[in-house]
Amino acid sequence: MQVRVANVRKEFDTFPALHDVSLEVRSGELIALLGPSGSGKTTLLRLIAGLEQPTTGRIFFGEEDASAKSIRERNVGFVFQHYALFRHMTVADNIGFGLKVRPAQTRPASAEIRKRATDLLDLVQLSGLEKRYPAQLSGGQRQRVALARALAIEPKVLLLDEPFGALDAQVRRDLRRWLREIHEATGHTTVFVTHDQEEALELADRVVVMSQGRIEQVGTADEVYDTPNSPFVYGFIGDSSSLPVRVEDDQVWLGERPIGLSAPGLPSGPGTLFFRPHDIELLDGCSGCLAGTVAASRRVAGTRRVELEIGGQRERVEIELPVDHPAAQKSRVAFRPRKWKVFPQSAIQGK
Amino acid sequence: MTAVPARAGWRFRQPSVIPGFGLTLGLSLAYLTLIILIPLSGLAWRSASLGWPQFWTLVTDSRTVNALKISFGTALAAAAVNVVFGTVVAWVLVRYRFPGRRVVDAMVDLPFALPTAVAGIALTTLYAPNGWIGALVGPLGIKVAYTPLGIVVALVFIGLPFVVRTVQPVMEEIDREVEEAAATLGASRFQTITRVLFPGLAPAIVTGFALAFARGVGEYGSVIFIAGNLPNISEIAPLLIIIRLEEYNYPAATAIAAVMLIISFAMLLVINMLQSWSRKRYG
Repeated sequence: MQVRVANVRKEFDTFPALHDVSLEVRSGELIALLGPSGSGKTTLLRLIAGLEQPTTGRIFFGEEDASAKSIRERNVGFVFQHYALFRHMTVADNIGFGLKVRPAQTRPASAEIRKRATDLLDLVQLSGLEKRYPAQLSGGQRQRVALARALAIEPKVLLLDEPFGALDAQVRRDLRRWLREIHEATGHTTVFVTHDQEEALELADRVVVMSQGRIEQVGTADEVYDTPNSPFVYGFIGDSSSLPVRVEDDQVWLGERPIGLSAPGLPSGPGTLFFRPHDIELLDGCSGCLAGTVAASRRVAGTRRVELEIGGQRERVEIELPVDHPAAQKSRVAFRPRKWKVFPQSAIQGK
Repeated sequence: MTAVPARAGWRFRQPSVIPGFGLTLGLSLAYLTLIILIPLSGLAWRSASLGWPQFWTLVTDSRTVNALKISFGTALAAAAVNVVFGTVVAWVLVRYRFPGRRVVDAMVDLPFALPTAVAGIALTTLYAPNGWIGALVGPLGIKVAYTPLGIVVALVFIGLPFVVRTVQPVMEEIDREVEEAAATLGASRFQTITRVLFPGLAPAIVTGFALAFARGVGEYGSVIFIAGNLPNISEIAPLLIIIRLEEYNYPAATAIAAVMLIISFAMLLVINMLQSWSRKRYG
């Protein structure tokens, strides 16, 4: 089922949570809404589910206008961050709930419901726990039950709100892989919200990066990492270092010196240079490069992160070096980013 | 490894960093003994000294039996009424924001604070055949004051806060998400309430019922004004105890008291068992 969000705007009282958001989710796609807290990602998910009504704009499921439908009629599977299981029901009753509350004409026989619950428990790898109560399960198990419960109603769309947010790191990693498998097995159109970029990049077919109630960029993991289209995305996805620079004569200037990066086609004027700390080349001499004094150096897992003070304003940037690289011992390091991007000042202020 | 297997059965709580376990436990036990255990065992001892045959004649006396029936029957009825309306009041207070909500919230506590005799007089004035409400319902053939119905009215008044104040905090803790989950799964509002919310509240409602009931059984002040105290019709057991005492008939008074104690204890035991059962199940 394809989902289309058309020019949706949502205000809480007068506070705008979403400004004119449009998004198309392809049928069978696994898509992540990624952003810091307050970026509107959960609001967007709840709007798709029908838990909130848009102030303006519409939401389509396939060709149907879903905005007019109540949450009950939309037939979405929603998984909450804190599971929201029914405490007084067994695992099997939780999973069967969506089928049991159907009107008598469309309700399956109770044996059928029980069988479906058992099948779904197999799918989420919790066979044999039918009789347990949610209080007797671990966090990871509860979230699996919540997913099985959402799948039981054969939803048109599966929506997950920070599904692994309340779990610890190891369980998250396992469940991530497992969710991907489930998605491939069932083929539901799935939208999930996360603030964890690793989760989004690893799991999703496409990532929707959101900030302050707007969609910044929609793309595959490669696209949003390699070709970020805004300073926010560059800063938010992956590590990045930035420097205030100036563009003149198709060259990037830091203070009074060009730094050896040519920027054909960029408008002249102030801007911000972004690059990845690990994607640099070290240089010996320096005529047209970035050079700075080492201010701090930290060992982080397999690499060494070096903080440099650069230029007259003593701006600080971070670069990453191999652990045993001799440059880390020096007091002055010269380098040039391999891949980089300059965003003109206007683009930054416009946000 | 010197893993010590956990011993089964009773065990003292391991001492923690918080000192004073021995002192506070000793104090609690001494206090409870003084306040509760000694008076109750005195009662048991006094009634035991009656001897079984005499005890049995005293408690099977028809006036006594009727008084006990009235006491427990009206308390049950009032607690049942309070469970329904107390839950509704709690729902309104928790779920909705309206002007004057805090006033209503405070009003719930009035029966706690009001001297019961004052409540009794006020209710009698209202429900007496010539009172405001009594005059309204009188022509319909309903007599409230000086009947068991009047006792129920007084006990409803007295018991309401017990239900509201036990259900309210539990209701406040209900996760909004649970209701949203039910809605996304296709449950109607009614199904959400009956299948999801109400079962979650049941332990609290049972507790509220137990408290309102226990209070109703023991209530004296407000009831004696409105009840009329006609023997065998609207005479409550606590009043009969006092009557016996005033007749210097101590054995009869003790016997009634002992029966009340036993019944109350049995009912609270059942209710407690219900609660621990539901707690074990629903965590």
